[in-house]
Amino acid sequence: MGGFLDDYAVVGGIVVAAILLASAMLGANSLMRPKVAAREKELTYESGVDPVGEGWAQSTIRYYVYAFLYVIFAVDAVFLFPWAVVLEKLGSAAAVEMGIFIAIVVVGLVYAWRKGVLTWTR
Amino acid sequence: MSELLEVILRCVLVIGAFMTLPLLIGQMEHKQMAHMQSRVGPMYAGRFHGWAQLIADGVKFLQKESVTPAAADKPVFALAPAVALVPYVIAMVAIPLGPLFGSDVLIGTDLDAGLFFVLAAMSIGVIGSLMAGVASGNKYSYVGGLRVAAQLMSYELPMVLAAASVAMMAGTLSLVGIADAWEPWWLIVQLPGLVVFFVAGLAEIQRPPFDAPLADAELVMGPFTEYGGMRFAMFLLSEYAGIVVLAALTAVLYLGGWAGPWSDQLGAAWMLLKIAAVGFVVIWARVAYPRLREDQLNALAWKVLVPLALVQLTISTLVVVS
Repeated sequence: MGGFLDDYAVVGGIVVAAILLASAMLGANSLMRPKVAAREKELTYESGVDPVGEGWAQSTIRYYVYAFLYVIFAVDAVFLFPWAVVLEKLGSAAAVEMGIFIAIVVVGLVYAWRKGVLTWTR
Repeated sequence: MSELLEVILRCVLVIGAFMTLPLLIGQMEHKQMAHMQSRVGPMYAGRFHGWAQLIADGVKFLQKESVTPAAADKPVFALAPAVALVPYVIAMVAIPLGPLFGSDVLIGTDLDAGLFFVLAAMSIGVIGSLMAGVASGNKYSYVGGLRVAAQLMSYELPMVLAAASVAMMAGTLSLVGIADAWEPWWLIVQLPGLVVFFVAGLAEIQRPPFDAPLADAELVMGPFTEYGGMRFAMFLLSEYAGIVVLAALTAVLYLGGWAGPWSDQLGAAWMLLKIAAVGFVVIWARVAYPRLREDQLNALAWKVLVPLALVQLTISTLVVVS
């Protein structure tokens, strides 16, 4: 095995081990727990009152703008890590290039900010 | 064959660390919070200052009935705690503890992209809370789940930007490499990054004062409202594991990892001490500050932390290039 695979063999091992751990916890629990059937227990919890309507409902999701903003920057972050590692070798030209790239992305954030997207109540 | 044995041994040690460190942090939370609030905290389990409280809790959780609400999406509901727990175990494999008595650095495995790996694994853990929130079929859980999603997306960014600026200074993504490259003057140059990373990390693992998704006063327990018994315990364990991973990352990136006097001999002890110190601050923040309102929470991320992280990125770039 090469060095790369050696490093990641442990990662593969720990993924298996972690799944085994989670199954062991749930498995031990299912062996030891009582099971007493009662319909009331399966009711949705709404602070002790009988549930009103369903929990599955449509609602306005105002958070979607954060998802948009995040996608813009997440792409940037993906480029940022490899760039960060080699910056010292590439020198100031690479720094300026990344500066321009980030500046363009920041313009997007400033635009969203000015449009009032980041303010909850308008 | 010996390679396979080594992989198994390393996995067993990481699982061992995963089963002990979060419990120590949990016990610390019980006692520290109690004393900060003029209480004594657990005193009976194990006789000496309640040291066995969490073990007793575990035994109780093991024997509790598992109730799945009739309205829930059952497979997703049942799987969510495992999705929350497993990524933190995986994240711990790449976290270095440092040398001990002249040995090599103690670590599950030293990955070239260790920093990236740990951050990626951490953000998968949040999907567990999101699954729990949506699958419970409960209004509190649903609102909590939405808040989890918004919070993850808002705070992932400043955290990643701050971490990238450390990687830039060190010129590597390997956590061992970063800790080796660390020098004391980074404490000053990276101070804004440290603040951004720590605050964003707190929000990422939904610790108070950034626990609006759980917010017991308004949402009962957020995504975890319908959970009980072992499944709830798994969420709890993943929260404590999150503190350990965040504290360890903060220590490696900003506090020099195992740097300290006699670090060849006592490096791992220094690292554990720094993890404990950062963990102490995490719990302190819970006691000291009231919960942020949901809109304040997202505003803080986008209006304060992201610009601050970009400033830090610029500072680091200037330092590296000049």
